[in-house]
Amino acid sequence: MNLDIAVMQIFNGVSLFTILLLMAIGLAIVFGLMGVINMAHGELMALGSYVTYLTATAFAKFAPGLMGVYLFVAIALAFAVTFAFGWLLERGFVRFFYNRPLDTLLATWGLSLILQQAYRSIFGAQEVSVPLPLWLSGAWEPVAGIQLPISRIFIIGLTVAVAVGVYLLLNRTRWGLRVRAVTQNRAMSAAVGIDTQRLDALTFALGAGLAGIAGCVFTMIGSTNPGTGQLYIVDSFIVVVFGGVQSLIGTALSGFAIAQSQTTLEYLMSGSMARVTILLLVIVVLYFRPNGLFAAKSRS
Amino acid sequence: MTQLNRRRLMQAGGSVLMLGTASGTAIFSAEAQAQETVKIGLLHSLSGTIAIAEASLVDAEKMAIEEINAAGGVMGRKIEVVVEDGASENAVFAEKARKLLERDKVAAIVGCYTSASRKAILPALSRAKGLLFYPTYYEGQEQDKHVIYTSQEATQSVVAAVEWMAKEKGKNFFLVGSDYIYPRTCNKIAKPSIAKLGGKVLGEEYAPLGHTEFSSIINKIKAAKPDCIYSTVVGGSNVAFYKQLRAAGLDGTKITLLSTVVSENEIDGIGKDNAVGYYACMGYFQSLKTPANEKFVKAFKAKYGQERVIGDPMEVAYNSIYVWKLAVEKAKSFDPEKVLAAAANVEIDAPEGKVRVHASNQHVWKKVRVGKALPNGQFDIVWESPSPVEPNPFPTL
Repeated sequence: MNLDIAVMQIFNGVSLFTILLLMAIGLAIVFGLMGVINMAHGELMALGSYVTYLTATAFAKFAPGLMGVYLFVAIALAFAVTFAFGWLLERGFVRFFYNRPLDTLLATWGLSLILQQAYRSIFGAQEVSVPLPLWLSGAWEPVAGIQLPISRIFIIGLTVAVAVGVYLLLNRTRWGLRVRAVTQNRAMSAAVGIDTQRLDALTFALGAGLAGIAGCVFTMIGSTNPGTGQLYIVDSFIVVVFGGVQSLIGTALSGFAIAQSQTTLEYLMSGSMARVTILLLVIVVLYFRPNGLFAAKSRS
Repeated sequence: MTQLNRRRLMQAGGSVLMLGTASGTAIFSAEAQAQETVKIGLLHSLSGTIAIAEASLVDAEKMAIEEINAAGGVMGRKIEVVVEDGASENAVFAEKARKLLERDKVAAIVGCYTSASRKAILPALSRAKGLLFYPTYYEGQEQDKHVIYTSQEATQSVVAAVEWMAKEKGKNFFLVGSDYIYPRTCNKIAKPSIAKLGGKVLGEEYAPLGHTEFSSIINKIKAAKPDCIYSTVVGGSNVAFYKQLRAAGLDGTKITLLSTVVSENEIDGIGKDNAVGYYACMGYFQSLKTPANEKFVKAFKAKYGQERVIGDPMEVAYNSIYVWKLAVEKAKSFDPEKVLAAAANVEIDAPEGKVRVHASNQHVWKKVRVGKALPNGQFDIVWESPSPVEPNPFPTL
């Protein structure tokens, strides 16, 4: 391996890390903090992707001159739409299944099938293509021989912004304080006057909204079809479980560990073998640390 | 009298009920009912993951059937269509095939897209002595006595594709595919062909099905510096692969990439901008300039919309109905076994040109073409085999 390739491999590792983190961060809130196993989380990402597609189509039709900035509008819209959808979902569906994890699993899995078929009916079974703004296509070449895709640099930047935003929201605001209080002790929080129902809805909606942002961004590197969500859901769960449920820092670190080992292993062996090796590593680690790498210590 | 009336009433009620259950799947027309009809089953995935590639085949098949009916049907009988949804599940394919063969008593099934779904319905075909027309390019290695394979098997496209690349673009190859039987068989065929041409395989990589992260494979390609990439990446992975390859600076001007699975349909999802300049090897391209094809494209767009595109499997699906018609007329019977026997050497004038069923192996002779993707999502045909290529489902490797 020469130096150029080594640099690009390290970059790939960082890029995959941010992609995994963006995927998992919504789930880390919904599953990690709230304890809701949402099998339809991938479909919420797909919703974000389809909102992006619709935004791009609308821009191409009504404001072709502004195609360069449509992505920013799409990110905002994808967040808003999935946030609203997540809120409705929590109020109208998920809240009836609290404390019934197995039922939640089945119900949300059913929901994911319904959503997939709904996308298929509305947008067609074919993949839709989402155009990439010109300034995001192509590669940045700092020195000859090293090409770093601009879209991936953009994703790295966006993920850092989102992750820092979520961290500050949860750890530096009163709302975040309440969320953490409710996750630690629901009855006590309710007793001191926190409206736990409203908080549940907002937290779930935030997780959904983050999935929407992830879906929007993934249109740059992957495909958008009714089954898109299925491609991401497994990785998202692995990252969250491996990192330790209830720990956002854990999610980040586990994303980093998985991304770096995956890109390195993929370079050294075949893609399928790399995948097998990663899953084996995850199983071994979970065997010795059942609560994940960075489990939050608690008395419960 | 009243009793009789009541009985008749109940009979009528019963048949209405039966109609109700059947109408979800069968298309009845008053005209077709008036005279004796013959049934054809169309069995494809209309829902589920494979529907992406497969659902549009039904449109092409229905169009062929309507054309035949408008021209008087087959041996004086109108064709009645029974559509079933395989739902991308092999078990559902098997069940629906049994239903079509045993309950609907269809004269033939045109259907399946993945090899797995085809293999799943072989037992049903064997039990009912049915007949399947399989309209998708596939890896070969099969010759079931109840199936006619109307698309190219792997050797027909792979050998031609590799020879074209070695001659026009360079002899150092990199092979990339999704990790399942079709890509692995194609590459097994490609490697000896490359060696015979004096070329080298610098790398061979497989990504798990549905993989969306190709950055490491792309770096391996960059490190190996091949002249040509032969790709058999399929489905959503393809979209990720093309997008990431272009983003990494390896667009069509920097490297030659040829795929045997990307037709006009796939380009729709990959995005025209992302596919520009890459090549595909197929039996049929929509841009083919022949009177027969121009007529076919015009009729299809008039029926289904101007924005629709036609990929290779759709045209083959359309052809399959005509191959069946000619075989029936040659056999002078709708009996599947007689039709199968008569199918050998049947030749049709398809939109892609002459297509002839092989004398002995149930596959078809057909031309092979290489196209370069244009900014409008169509292909510029840069090479065409001088004559139809013989199918060889069991190559010695």
